[in-house]
Amino acid sequence: MSIWEYANPVKFMRTSGAILPYAVAGAALCTVSGLVWGFLTPQDYKQGATVKIIFLHVPAALMAINIWLMMLVTSLIWLVRRHHVSALAAKAAAPVGAVMTLIALITGAIWGQPMWGTWWEWDPRLTSFLILFLFYLGYIALWAAVENPDSAADLTGVLCLVGSVFALLSRYAVNFWNQGLHQGASLSLAPGERMSAVYKYPLYLSMLGFFLLFLALLLVRTRTEIRRRRLAALLAREMRA
Amino acid sequence: MKALLLRDLRLATRAGGGFGLALAFFLITCTLVPFGVGPEGGTLARIAPGILWVGALLSCLLSLDRIFALDFEDGSLDLLATAPLPLEGAVAAKACAHWLVTGLPLALAAPVFALLLHLPGPAYPWLVVSLLIGTPALSMLGAFGAAVTVGLRRGGLLMSLLVLPLYVPTLIFGAEAVRRGAAGGDPLPALIFLAGVTLGVLALVPFAAAAALRVNLR
Repeated sequence: MSIWEYANPVKFMRTSGAILPYAVAGAALCTVSGLVWGFLTPQDYKQGATVKIIFLHVPAALMAINIWLMMLVTSLIWLVRRHHVSALAAKAAAPVGAVMTLIALITGAIWGQPMWGTWWEWDPRLTSFLILFLFYLGYIALWAAVENPDSAADLTGVLCLVGSVFALLSRYAVNFWNQGLHQGASLSLAPGERMSAVYKYPLYLSMLGFFLLFLALLLVRTRTEIRRRRLAALLAREMRA
Repeated sequence: MKALLLRDLRLATRAGGGFGLALAFFLITCTLVPFGVGPEGGTLARIAPGILWVGALLSCLLSLDRIFALDFEDGSLDLLATAPLPLEGAVAAKACAHWLVTGLPLALAAPVFALLLHLPGPAYPWLVVSLLIGTPALSMLGAFGAAVTVGLRRGGLLMSLLVLPLYVPTLIFGAEAVRRGAAGGDPLPALIFLAGVTLGVLALVPFAAAAALRVNLR
């Protein structure tokens, strides 16, 4: 099994169709149980009940960054090897990533209001997330604007490469510009205090749930794109006949 | 490459080329801001570095679609693509021409506009230097944005959405250098980062822009 086999849409449709129900069921199970478990955790001694928003905020932020990373990899695969399903997967992932970014920004604002006393702060992490959101918007808009699907895939692929460099550059440039208010990484491999197990395990579960949710959405959206492509091909054939 | 550069410069400076339009836009921005925030000198002096940099950014953006659009319409871009000169070189020449007619005049005229905004005295040299260092990156990134959107009918708005996020690092370092200069601090670290961004952009972005152009000319 290699990813090159799935450049064949028929093969991709068959495999993804087989995986999809499990992804959907797993996403529903993990997300719901993770969030409910998270909701039932005791209140934090300092943050009170607001700590519970972490079970939405952290998984969404994690996915927002990783979806862009996945788009970068799939765009590269498309640009180098003309793997059509790969380009469509990048296209399908972008709106999901944009929504994840938005969820992270909004939940962060809701948490920030009682905790930091402000909805929005020009903190490096917040700012770079806003910039990431802008990159997602530009990427989606470019896909929508170019008519020829292959040109659109090429142009968005190049944009994704350039955008990745600049998103990363902006991430560190904003550090230079303003010192942060946001706390460091929530989870760390280093042994020590970081986060109590009471919160850690529901968070892991909800992260897994968000990943499966993304997988399910990605498969559904990619399948839709392939079907749309087939439809366009059929229509074109009809026009010629 | 030189012939292409001279041709673009001639086209831009003759009637209807829009030379000076960016400068006029910059002037209008600097005139409008005091209406928005009030005429107190202290407030203006505090926000002047940011306003001047954002103004320069927007004026640069205004003339970007001219880089490739006209040549795309009349077909000379196709000739350029088949010319012995690599397309990357053509992109660099065109971005350079764009910089010479917008970025350079902006940087040289900025002190006059800074006067309108009560920029503190020590910041003037840093304003000019930071604009001189930063605007080539703006032109080159703009050429990339123009190359991506050249085939689209209403590419202008989309281009600003694509290009402006790319301007963030340049804006941060450029405005920070001026702000530090105004506060009497040491603007050198910001300038070095700014120069780093510009050099990286000049070295790598022509390839991305040429790739995008080739897609659009296919």
